[in-house]
Amino acid sequence: MNARRVRRRVVNGMMTGLVGVLSFLAVLALVLILGNLVVKGGSSLDWNFFVKNPVPAGESGGGVANAIVGTGIIVGLACLIGLPVGIGAGLYLAEFGSGRLGWIVRFVADVLNGTPSIVVGIFAWTWLVKPMGHFSALAGSVALAILMVPMLARTTEEMVRLVPHSLREAALALGYPRWRTSLRIVARTALAGIVTSSLVGVARIAGGLVLLLAVAARSAIRQGPPHGAAR
Amino acid sequence: MTALPIEPVPAPEPRWRALRGVNAGDRIYRGTLTVLAVTLPLLLLALVGELVASAWPAIRRFGPHFLWTSVWDPVAGVFGAAPMIFGTIASSLLALVIAVPLSLGVAIFLTEFAPKRVRQPIAFLVELLAAIPSVVYGLWGVFVLIPFLRAQVVPPLRAVLGWTPFFDGVFYGNSLLAGGVILAIMIVPYIAAVSREVLLAVPGSQREAALGMGATRWEAVWTAVVPYGRAGLIGAIILGLGRALGETMAVTMLIGNRHDIGLSVLQPAYTMAAAIANEFSEATTNLYLSALFEVGLLLFVITVVVNALARLLIWQVARGTAVGSRAL
Amino acid sequence: MAKYSIVALTAALALAAPASAQVKLNGAGATFPNIIYQDWIINYNRAHATVQLNYQSIGSGGGIRQFSERTVDFGASDAPMTDSAIAAIQSNVLHIPTVLGGVVATYNLAEVQGALRFTPDVLADIFLGKITKWSDARITSVNPGLKLPAEDIVVVHRADGSGTSFIFTDYLSKVSPEWASKVSKGTSVNWPVGLGGKGNEGVTATVKQTPGAIGYVELGYAQINKLPFAAVQNKAGKFITPTLESVTEAAAGAMKAMDPGTDFRVSITNPNGDKAYPIASFTWFLLHKQYDDAAKAGELVKFVWWAETDGQGRAPGLGYAPLPKQLRPWIEARLKTITADGKSVWTTAAR
Repeated sequence: MNARRVRRRVVNGMMTGLVGVLSFLAVLALVLILGNLVVKGGSSLDWNFFVKNPVPAGESGGGVANAIVGTGIIVGLACLIGLPVGIGAGLYLAEFGSGRLGWIVRFVADVLNGTPSIVVGIFAWTWLVKPMGHFSALAGSVALAILMVPMLARTTEEMVRLVPHSLREAALALGYPRWRTSLRIVARTALAGIVTSSLVGVARIAGGLVLLLAVAARSAIRQGPPHGAAR
Repeated sequence: MTALPIEPVPAPEPRWRALRGVNAGDRIYRGTLTVLAVTLPLLLLALVGELVASAWPAIRRFGPHFLWTSVWDPVAGVFGAAPMIFGTIASSLLALVIAVPLSLGVAIFLTEFAPKRVRQPIAFLVELLAAIPSVVYGLWGVFVLIPFLRAQVVPPLRAVLGWTPFFDGVFYGNSLLAGGVILAIMIVPYIAAVSREVLLAVPGSQREAALGMGATRWEAVWTAVVPYGRAGLIGAIILGLGRALGETMAVTMLIGNRHDIGLSVLQPAYTMAAAIANEFSEATTNLYLSALFEVGLLLFVITVVVNALARLLIWQVARGTAVGSRAL
Repeated sequence: MAKYSIVALTAALALAAPASAQVKLNGAGATFPNIIYQDWIINYNRAHATVQLNYQSIGSGGGIRQFSERTVDFGASDAPMTDSAIAAIQSNVLHIPTVLGGVVATYNLAEVQGALRFTPDVLADIFLGKITKWSDARITSVNPGLKLPAEDIVVVHRADGSGTSFIFTDYLSKVSPEWASKVSKGTSVNWPVGLGGKGNEGVTATVKQTPGAIGYVELGYAQINKLPFAAVQNKAGKFITPTLESVTEAAAGAMKAMDPGTDFRVSITNPNGDKAYPIASFTWFLLHKQYDDAAKAGELVKFVWWAETDGQGRAPGLGYAPLPKQLRPWIEARLKTITADGKSVWTTAAR
């Protein structure tokens, strides 16, 4: 009996230590990577060298400005397409999403959330680039919007669900129609959360941009849209 | 109504209708939201349709052979994706082998053992790992991880396990091992974050009951908490697998990009995502392009299946809530 | 120039009416010459405000595709279009060389001082996986002054499709029958051995991080980044260190075997000439023979001719080898054949 108790205590201590060590390892990985970035990034030429293309003598600041404007336009367009759809779908899930359609939409959103950006990239390429014949900013934007919508929908739903029921009931009791309750009271209360999640969404698609650089919109980003819109 | 003729009800109709949600504004509101929501399934269908259409020439030309032949010769116009399928799955599984103990350890430590005030900072730090761009992982892998593996990890590994086919051959650096390790580091935050949410969703009564019966803390975790959240934890792991399958840039930089199938993790390999990223923009013939689309389609199908599985499992535990999606 | 002035005058008159409007010209294609094309566009625009040029470096394959679908006004490619691709657009294409690219073999041998030398067959056999050690007698015999280690050779090649690979495999196909039959040439090929890196920078990173590695990158990239690279024995039997001059010499040497009426879709790897570096190639603008819009076509031809003349001077500073001067009349003759509405659009108004 006693020996068994000791054994149980030892196992308890060992396992506690083990999960602690595992956590420590995970944090260590982060510290190592960040530390390396700081140290190497500051001193070594190699890093810059592989991240950037060599800047030619003749190509000056103009190219960079164009790239920034081009990226801005692409992200802006993506938000214009992605925000209404994502937030709208999220509101639907929160307000009316208890039925079969809600289940399907929620499931599809989660599945799309896990779709590799590279697949979205080639999809955007076929869908927009080929028929229009240009590598345009729009293609990049739509691809980014596709990456953004499922996540926005799910986070919006979550935020709206966090709004206390009493608030909604109070509005309904005052005679507000449901749509006004939903938009004026519930969505407004959840707005901060929705904005935050939108920002996270934009941040995530900005990361996806790297991939689109490689696949679909590489030059559109580097030089602005071909139709001259970025000039 | 007719059974109670005590006094006439003072026309409550408009109010009632409003509460039941049948006025015009409500209908428009609901309709608009429904249209926006239906966009998502339509998007999925469009995605599948477009990928199939673009991949069609390759599907028609190679049929199922595409899946199990391993020659990838753009000059001769012969394409078989077996090495990429193998490499994608092998590197992701290798990543899981490394990442699962780490991330479950983190999740259990943070929810059950860590002192209250370090929980949040550590969780934040680990999730910060998810915010580092893929390319940075790739560069770190090339300049730090590979030299480290070459000097510190591979020699002892080979000394102990060199007789198995898994550690056979010369280690050049870029390899299945390097790709798998970087993937592991990249998916730890995802698995850890989702597992943590799953464990937090386990009712406190589970823990208390076990502790009340005299269990040690570890026993409470292992016999009460973990089994309760089992489906969710498996879901979190599969979610991590989904991430690993689709990861592109870092793997491209580390895996060696070689169309080969070999058991040894020291040998270079290829993944589907890497092949698309590498070859898409310069695919000169239509058949070549179409073959890459078919690779994309396969990758999509694999990730959809994996993700669907993960979601279903997570929902078993945290029914209907958005557990997991926030962590993405 | 004088004898063209009449043609020019008529062309200028034909163009006079729409010339006031700004003409937009879109091009797309190869990534290798992107830096100089952007440079040309910026500099050309400074002097010619009436034309707005845009070049997108989407890759040679995409350039050929967009050019063929006429969604861009000009294409650009590191590899010439195939006969079947040309037939598909009713031969409505001209390949106009713009600059030259050289490809060099770079390596990672820490303790070796001085540049390596390769014979063509040694280079081919290394990339075929038949020579596997740096101490192999076939390597040491042509590098008498160097002490080569008994290390494994790790081959590194491009994983993405690229003109650089095309030039390199084209060369190997010419010097090694075995390479020609087993692997052949292309922007992507089925490499017998080695690791793949994405882009020049991917190959360079892998070579730098892998002791005993050998890879191939563009000459300009290797020079800017101060990579070690090998001298290669040319057809005349001389070991030539790759430089911009020796690459231009390669084109000059190859011209001797060309017909003045050539369509320029010629490979200039392994050319004649004592001073020629053998792994070099043209990179091309793809122009249509017939355009619909005379104003556009006129501006385009003007720009291209500027690039072939004034623009060449900018090449060495950006790491590209200029075309040999003797090539100019041939290119001029070809540009003069471009028509819109059945009329030549050649004009010297650019002067």
